[in-house]
Amino acid sequence: MTEQMTGAQSLIRSLEHAGVDVVFGIPGGAILPAYDPLYDSARVRHILMRHEQGAGHAAEGYAYATGRPGVCMATSGPGATNLVTPLADAHMDSVPMVAITGQVASPAIGTDAFQEADICGITMPITKHNYLVRDPAEIPRTIAEAFHIASTGRPGPVLVDIAKDALQRQTEFAWPHRLDMPGYRPVTKPHGKQVREAARMIAEARRPVLYVGGGVLRSGAAQELRVLAELTGLPVVTTLMARGIFPDSHPQHLGMPGMHGSVTAVGSLQKADLIVALGARFDDRVTGKLDSFAPDAKIVHADIDPAEISKNRHADVPIVGDCREVIADLVVAVRNDQAEGRHGDYAAWWAQLDRLREVYPLGYEEADDGSLSPQRVIQRLGEIVGPDAAYVAGVGQHQMWAAQFIGYENPGTFINSGGLGTMGFSVPAALGAKVGNPDRTVWAVDGDGCFQMTNQELATCAVEGIPIKVAVINNGNLGMVRQWQTLFYEGRYSNTNLQTAPMDEKVRIPDFVRLAEAYGCVGLRCDRTEDIDATIEKAMAVDDAPVVIDFSVNHDAMVWPMVGPGISNDNIQYARDMAPDWDDED
Amino acid sequence: MSQHTLSVLVEDTPGILARASALFSRRGFNIHSLSVSTTEYEGLSRMTIVVNCDRHPLEQVTKQLNKLVNVIKIVEMDSDASVRRELLLAKVKADAGSRPHVIQTAELFRAAVVDVSPDMVVIEATGKPEKLEALIRNLEPFGIKELVKSGLVALGRGPRSITDRSLRSVERSA
Repeated sequence: MTEQMTGAQSLIRSLEHAGVDVVFGIPGGAILPAYDPLYDSARVRHILMRHEQGAGHAAEGYAYATGRPGVCMATSGPGATNLVTPLADAHMDSVPMVAITGQVASPAIGTDAFQEADICGITMPITKHNYLVRDPAEIPRTIAEAFHIASTGRPGPVLVDIAKDALQRQTEFAWPHRLDMPGYRPVTKPHGKQVREAARMIAEARRPVLYVGGGVLRSGAAQELRVLAELTGLPVVTTLMARGIFPDSHPQHLGMPGMHGSVTAVGSLQKADLIVALGARFDDRVTGKLDSFAPDAKIVHADIDPAEISKNRHADVPIVGDCREVIADLVVAVRNDQAEGRHGDYAAWWAQLDRLREVYPLGYEEADDGSLSPQRVIQRLGEIVGPDAAYVAGVGQHQMWAAQFIGYENPGTFINSGGLGTMGFSVPAALGAKVGNPDRTVWAVDGDGCFQMTNQELATCAVEGIPIKVAVINNGNLGMVRQWQTLFYEGRYSNTNLQTAPMDEKVRIPDFVRLAEAYGCVGLRCDRTEDIDATIEKAMAVDDAPVVIDFSVNHDAMVWPMVGPGISNDNIQYARDMAPDWDDED
Repeated sequence: MSQHTLSVLVEDTPGILARASALFSRRGFNIHSLSVSTTEYEGLSRMTIVVNCDRHPLEQVTKQLNKLVNVIKIVEMDSDASVRRELLLAKVKADAGSRPHVIQTAELFRAAVVDVSPDMVVIEATGKPEKLEALIRNLEPFGIKELVKSGLVALGRGPRSITDRSLRSVERSA
């Protein structure tokens, strides 16, 4: 059945068919035809953002909250190039997302027309796939393919660039019921022989670890993971991208590995004789110096993307497949082994790990000048707000503290920019997460540097009725950069003081409380330890407006533990110049 | 470093050449030659890419190539198990005195003279890269004014084709 309509109407109809309920975007010349039928759509809500980067990160936040592709829309040229950062971010963190951009009219393409940019060329290396549409008849099939590609296999961003004349011309609308994509057939079902081999190695290992990454979150395999962990008794580490996929309160959870991971999690990988990597990619922030990473470990590596396997670390047992299916099959294989009497014996291993946990717990020292400790603020936030809320971090010290000191119990409750490390992610992503799941309390945990990159989206929150809460961990500095200057540049603080919190200066530029109020939000400030709880509770009591708390914290606080750049995980420090004693047997 | 020849079957869509070549350039691999043409199937093109690199990075780039939505299949062409040919056109100085020698050299390589002017001839030759290199060496003393090669094309020996399911793709072997 076909219907006559414009390309723009065909686009909006296609979005409706794809199940889209929210689009984050900003109109402009080339995309303008699409905004006219969008105005009439009863099924698609458009949220007018203040910057296209915000639209992209909001789409990411929405995708995290719902598991469905987030959708953003922008015009040609600068509108499209402003999407580059969120597209790259979504590409690195495998976030399903569809970006729709207007393009100048077909005859003008390639002429350096007003607001023309070759966005397909620009985003080629940072999208899973992209399309340039010049013929309105191709719109429905392209949109259907874009959503299919974005949400299947290893998820990722897909950009659809549509020429203005294709939006304006008349076309016939027909939604494709079958997609023919011979070059795109992700393997989801793992190879049985490989899975049985993995189970055999788990039973034979003496020091095994489950190294769990964001792929397990994407495949929705929290239940399966828990069954596997409890069935085998293996210790679990969850990467930055997987925080929450396995409860922090679970006794088998050793915490986060990596540059700022717990001593026990980092140590478990270093000392392991078997690492079972599930939807993780041996990122440099996890492995540290690669050639000294986990020197004694055999590797079982399961990932839906064959290109990840043996990319950084050779896999002894490669398993290509969706993590949910891999883990489910692995559970069956382990059960079969156990039924035949093959159990792993990890008692000595657990004794070693328990000792590390006891001696080197995560912790922090408070400043002796009475200033607010950022770690305490974040820890109390997690304790007061609880594990049912979503926490959306920016990038830097506050992000690491949010990963370390908030207890996550549920998948998808920690949202952050991992691979790309995009400062400014937090506020718009929190907005998108709140739109995707309005019943969940959403806290943006942001830094003063990050916050100033995208805080204009507070206007969007206030106008559109999206009551997120923002905890600005305000140390008046680009904190993580400052930490590196303290440790590696002899305390020469070149260009890291943002002057948003009083150090030597009396004034705050800007004053975040007044800024919040100017944006129609409730603004609160807290700079004394005894006020932390009351301020958080005050913010929790507001449910009809966005809230921003300016936590003015100690600017000298540092993130520990730390594996310095380019050095081995073996040399992790749990405080400055304090290295754990791995072999102390009491 | 070693030389590898990849046959890549792709959907004939705009941008596929840029997508494929970008994966090599991003890693700093220099593509030695690349040729693209239509195939026995409408809508499918075939690239033959010759690249110098080590085995491990080649595996990586091949896996990345396989992830491109418009890439259907990739097969590495083993030099013993494939027929490999290149076309060469060379403009060689050939005046009345040297012309017989130039033509004679060309004939030794079963090359043809396809254009003649008073001081120049254009020679066309096809063959394995080694043969063409030898031809070039023998023409150089006369003076090569201009030279162009098509880039290598290759077909696997025997009855099977790249589209056969039975043919082991690089992805499967990796």
